[in-house]
Amino acid sequence: MPQDKNRQFLDFEKPIKDLFDDIEGLKQKAEKSKLDLTDPIKKLEERVLETRKAITQNLTPWQKVQLSRHPDRPYTMKYISKLTTDFVELFGDRNVKDDKAMVGGFASLDGQTVMMIGQQKGINTKARQLRNFGMANPEGYRKALRLMKLAEKFNKPVITLIDTPGAYPGLEAEERGQGEAIARNIYEMMRLKVPVICVIIGEGASGGAMGIGVGDRVFMLENTWYTVISPESCSSILWRSWDQKEKAAEQLKLTADYMYEFGLIDGIIPEPVGGAHWDYDEAASLLKPYLINTINELKQMDPEERVRKRIDKFNKMGFWDELPA
Amino acid sequence: MKQEEDFEANLAGEDGQGEEAKRSWFKRIKKGILTSTAEKKETPEGLWSKCPECGYICTMTELRENLFVCPKCNHHHRIGSAEYFEIIFDDNKYDVLFENIRSKDFLHFTDLKSYGKRLEEIWSKTDITDSIRIGKGTVKGLHLMMGCMDFEFIGGSLGSVMGERIARAIDVCLEENIPLMIICKSGGARMMESAFSLMQLAKVSGKLSQLTDAKIPYISLQTDPSFGGISASFGMLGDLNIAEPGALIGFAGPRVIKETIKKDLPEGFQRSEFLLEHGFLDFIVPRKELKEKLATVLSLFKN
Ligand SMILES: [Zn+2]
Repeated sequence: MPQDKNRQFLDFEKPIKDLFDDIEGLKQKAEKSKLDLTDPIKKLEERVLETRKAITQNLTPWQKVQLSRHPDRPYTMKYISKLTTDFVELFGDRNVKDDKAMVGGFASLDGQTVMMIGQQKGINTKARQLRNFGMANPEGYRKALRLMKLAEKFNKPVITLIDTPGAYPGLEAEERGQGEAIARNIYEMMRLKVPVICVIIGEGASGGAMGIGVGDRVFMLENTWYTVISPESCSSILWRSWDQKEKAAEQLKLTADYMYEFGLIDGIIPEPVGGAHWDYDEAASLLKPYLINTINELKQMDPEERVRKRIDKFNKMGFWDELPA
Repeated sequence: MKQEEDFEANLAGEDGQGEEAKRSWFKRIKKGILTSTAEKKETPEGLWSKCPECGYICTMTELRENLFVCPKCNHHHRIGSAEYFEIIFDDNKYDVLFENIRSKDFLHFTDLKSYGKRLEEIWSKTDITDSIRIGKGTVKGLHLMMGCMDFEFIGGSLGSVMGERIARAIDVCLEENIPLMIICKSGGARMMESAFSLMQLAKVSGKLSQLTDAKIPYISLQTDPSFGGISASFGMLGDLNIAEPGALIGFAGPRVIKETIKKDLPEGFQRSEFLLEHGFLDFIVPRKELKEKLATVLSLFKN
């Protein structure tokens, strides 16, 4: 988590930034003048919390998209380190290379060994490039599948953390079968004999998200989005312009609330007031009980029943009119 | 830089523009009359068609007799489900299933037009009811369930109706032990159905998994174009993945890739032959050999 003075602010978070500036000002004043300003500083800090709350209560869908991309937001590795112990990272797809945009490995979650898998974004310019902005190539999806099969072999639940602006649309990605890699993952995840839990922790864009997104339970954190295309690309295709992303975000109904209402996800997991970027420990501790309870619940079922229910769940998704035949 | 074909306009529910308009293909208007969208000329002898690849001009009758393959350069014109069914099913006889399942504007999605209005407009212009038609018939006496996409219906886009029609077709395959073939021709997901369209990838994959357990063969035939959610799910999940010659097949569209890598794409990139070389197709089959080869494969699975 960044120190308060290093925090970055989105435009609609500006009121919080102003309060931070005021607090910093008071602190400097207190130091210089040796005055006791503890009380006014405390008051301002309380207002920070109130403002965080007020701002997130009335977010537009586009602002939620922005929040899901907040530069200070915790990424997959951060959650893994906060949620689990004994994480052993495993690399490579045993075929082409190791994709740094997709990470994974065994870890212990409250004493239960699990396979943690997720897209990883970088925390600074250099890391963002290394992680390819969380856009996996086919080898990333194949690495994820290899780890899932490993988990299945040893009867360990799989937890995926989804955070991607999409699968990488590159030349080599196509040569190595990006479509096939994602398709294979979706198909195999549907058939995995172990419990599978998926959590959208940031951006859930299209096939790139679904490539690790088929689970017995799919959850979304409060300030995330999940749909078939990013609002920007949707704007460019349907509105023939890059300027309609706010409108596209609205029309796509891509927020957690809508997704839950539509029955396309199984639950919404709360974030710290104002968003996960305000407190990584709290964000992880809010998520953790969902994972533990869900694993315990899913473990009660036998594997065939779990797979059957997983297939049935997705088979119900869709809307149509049925005219008299 | 050269311009890539942009089929996104079709996904937006509009007729193709630019390069697309030049790639002549055929629209089905009411009463099942085929017209070429481009380069058509009314003459006393009927419609003429000009090949978008080589410029060869022939009558529609001649082109139809040649299964909509250019007699000169072998370019495979884009055709619809009625033509594929006629080419493949014995005596052009088949049962069309699940036509009563229709798209609806559940999300009240509005871009430049509302989705509901778009659907109404398409239904008034064509007798195609959605982006896939399911036909059940025989191929040289062997039973086959076939789903075939119609590109002219919002770019053959994958929405809830395509997912549900395929799912129900698979249920029949399971009940009657019939192999399944899907002929893909799609620009990708139906954006107006948002996450519901994305979920169809999982839905259909789950149903295919039931075919696997029942040991019923599934063949995916990819034709020009097959993109996005199609290739990221059932398009690439066939026991056999096959394609027509020269078909454009991929996950990301050529325009997006070009904008990402900021370079021209190599000649033949994302064409069937390219996919075969990279190991993602079992074989490429010319349209004229399609029925024969399909019958051979089906009998090999069966016997
Ligand atoms: Zn020609």
